[in-house]
Amino acid sequence: MKMLMLGNEAVARGLFEAGCSFVSSYPGTPSTEITEAIAKYPEVYAEWAPNEKVAMEAAFGACLAGKRTFCGMKHVGLNVAADPLFTISYTGVNGGMVIGVADDAGMHSSQNEQDSRHYAKAAKIPMLEPADSAEALAFAKLAYDLSEGFDTPVLLKMCTRVSHSQSVVEPGERIEVSKSYEKTPAKYIMMPGNAKKRHPIVEERTAKLVEWAETAEINRLEDGSDKSMGIVTSSTAYQYVKEVCGDKYPVLKLGMIWPLPEKKIRHLAASVDKLVVVEELDGFIEEHCRNLGLEVMGKDKFSCIDELSQNKVAVGLGKAAAEGKALEEAIPARPPVMCAGCPHRGLFYTLAKNKVTALGDIGCYTLGAVPPLGALDTTICMGASISGLHGFTKAGGGKAVAVIGDSTFMHSGVTGLINAAYNESDSTVIIVDNSITGMTGHQQNPTTGFNLKGDPCTKIDLETLCKAVGIRRVRVVDPYDLEQCDTVLKEELAADEPSVIISRRPCALLKYVKHKKPVVIDPAKCVGCKSCMKIGCPAISMKDGKATIDNTLCTGCGVCAQLCKLGAISAAKED
Amino acid sequence: METKNIMIVGVGGQGSLLASKLLGRLLLTRGYDIKVSEVHGMSQRGGSVVTYVRFGDKVYSPIVDKGEADFIVSFELLEAARYTEDLKKGGKIITSTQQINPMPVITGAACYPAELVAKIQAAGMDIDAFDALSLAEQAGSAKAVNIVLMGRLSKYFDFSEEEWMTAIEQSVPAKFLELNKKAFTLGRDA
Repeated sequence: MKMLMLGNEAVARGLFEAGCSFVSSYPGTPSTEITEAIAKYPEVYAEWAPNEKVAMEAAFGACLAGKRTFCGMKHVGLNVAADPLFTISYTGVNGGMVIGVADDAGMHSSQNEQDSRHYAKAAKIPMLEPADSAEALAFAKLAYDLSEGFDTPVLLKMCTRVSHSQSVVEPGERIEVSKSYEKTPAKYIMMPGNAKKRHPIVEERTAKLVEWAETAEINRLEDGSDKSMGIVTSSTAYQYVKEVCGDKYPVLKLGMIWPLPEKKIRHLAASVDKLVVVEELDGFIEEHCRNLGLEVMGKDKFSCIDELSQNKVAVGLGKAAAEGKALEEAIPARPPVMCAGCPHRGLFYTLAKNKVTALGDIGCYTLGAVPPLGALDTTICMGASISGLHGFTKAGGGKAVAVIGDSTFMHSGVTGLINAAYNESDSTVIIVDNSITGMTGHQQNPTTGFNLKGDPCTKIDLETLCKAVGIRRVRVVDPYDLEQCDTVLKEELAADEPSVIISRRPCALLKYVKHKKPVVIDPAKCVGCKSCMKIGCPAISMKDGKATIDNTLCTGCGVCAQLCKLGAISAAKED
Repeated sequence: METKNIMIVGVGGQGSLLASKLLGRLLLTRGYDIKVSEVHGMSQRGGSVVTYVRFGDKVYSPIVDKGEADFIVSFELLEAARYTEDLKKGGKIITSTQQINPMPVITGAACYPAELVAKIQAAGMDIDAFDALSLAEQAGSAKAVNIVLMGRLSKYFDFSEEEWMTAIEQSVPAKFLELNKKAFTLGRDA
């Protein structure tokens, strides 16, 4: 039966149908829903790992045991998992292993715009790249046949517009696949003597995959009547090309973008006047064409910056693009903001008030950087706040803290904290513990006490963990209590040893969090001093010179009331 | 059939995902090829959000580009104004007149523009502006604005009311069905 499915859900469906029975992932936009969707199939064991490296290694272990396995991550997550990736390429697999990676061209929810295709080439691992949900489902299944057929992990590359677009799919039936494990030291123990023998096997494998790429149906040549140009493309770029050109020009639509075919590309080049490569982000396919000695038009017409669109492709191809009419009126931007009642707000207000340098991390709390709070100084990657603070403090950078979420701390903050303890910097690390992985849409993590399937499980205790790695000063504050936050922050900054402040309160959007009634403003007392506006709460605004509360947004957290010296803001009477 | 393009725009958290789900269900029953493109993650946090719905005999691109939208359905007035450049010549804007101040307006760094409906009209664009929030509240919940807007959009399509109602039944939980059906009717008849 035909149905609409999100690209990520279609990947999950494909994995399910192919008999995948073990999934380990770390959430990251735009990859998260693959793992959330597959967790709904009872036949599949699925888990959130603390980070992508752990997820990939767990998926490898399960494939060693003979199961078809999967691990999913966003593009920057593949950096974290790069270490096992390059060596699993050498060992190959037992059961099939598929690695899902989702790029974020346009940086809708990411800190950089890296092109993950380079990993396929660098690690010598085949990479499939679907262009819609139907292909996402089909390619996920095909990936297992390739994985077991060529003894290799297979990368399945998604991107925001394929992951987060729904299109029509026709689901099929599941097959069950399982092998047994046999001890094979020469294949799986990658010490130099063995690895030296595996590397030539990897090169032979790539050569065989190139042959496969030459005949594979997923690398398909769609003929066109106008031979003035021929276009090589893949993924969403293919969709934009077809949107603009229809069936006019011959198009080589690549479903596998590593390794790339040679003959197919040469064949197209020989049959047209001009070879054009349309691809998102870097000139990856273009570079391959140039290495084949072909003249090609590519990144000179289609920027490596930002995602493509049909209009951008039309302009690049020298065609007319649709145009619209913008209003002359200046339209104020609407940037994302911390939600009303967000527990991070009180903490960031305290940091800004104390004018401390704050090295930030990856999560909702990055929004503490935007006005009026402006409380952050850096955002680099998962875990960088704590390790960075250690260096900053050792180098005499001045009064500073690290700010990291509970999930990010479990992901890669712990090792940084061990460094601060071991190498004795007087770092003040603040773990903003909102009891969930917030940014990616409320995923469980090792500190929440629940697993991916929603079942109760072992809950990692942050205080005990911090003490165990050598931090003697561990304090817990309620970020709704500004006075407590201020006092504890000052004390810990003054301490001449590493310390951890856990700023603890669950995300205000969690279903179990009960909100209080909206606060009440007494207009007779309000003088319009705007003190309450310093926290950047979307529920407070000024009207006719007085502060007003948006009752549909306010959660009654009371942080604003603590800022009003005139007592104009008070808690509403609860029933 | 030439591909039709609908954009659903609003402020993160207003419920545009349900509206696109409803449209998807409806269009699928008619046998169209469909693509629905959503936004997840960071920009959902109270930021400006946009969902694209495209349908026709064969749909390639998942997104709607500048000058391509047949309909822009907006939950909020400023957001309708923000995306006018995406409207096709002869396209239609359907918007709730609700105003939600963005952070630059709250902090006083910018002003919420006045008379936006008149300005959009003056720019030669077709706009159907109405108070969808009040109708949603009348139906029983402010959260039903998305369905009120779908009711309004339905006036411009040749699908029967019954087809829309079936899609609503498939898209909302049973306990909210009556509320949503009422919201749809209020939007359609307004």
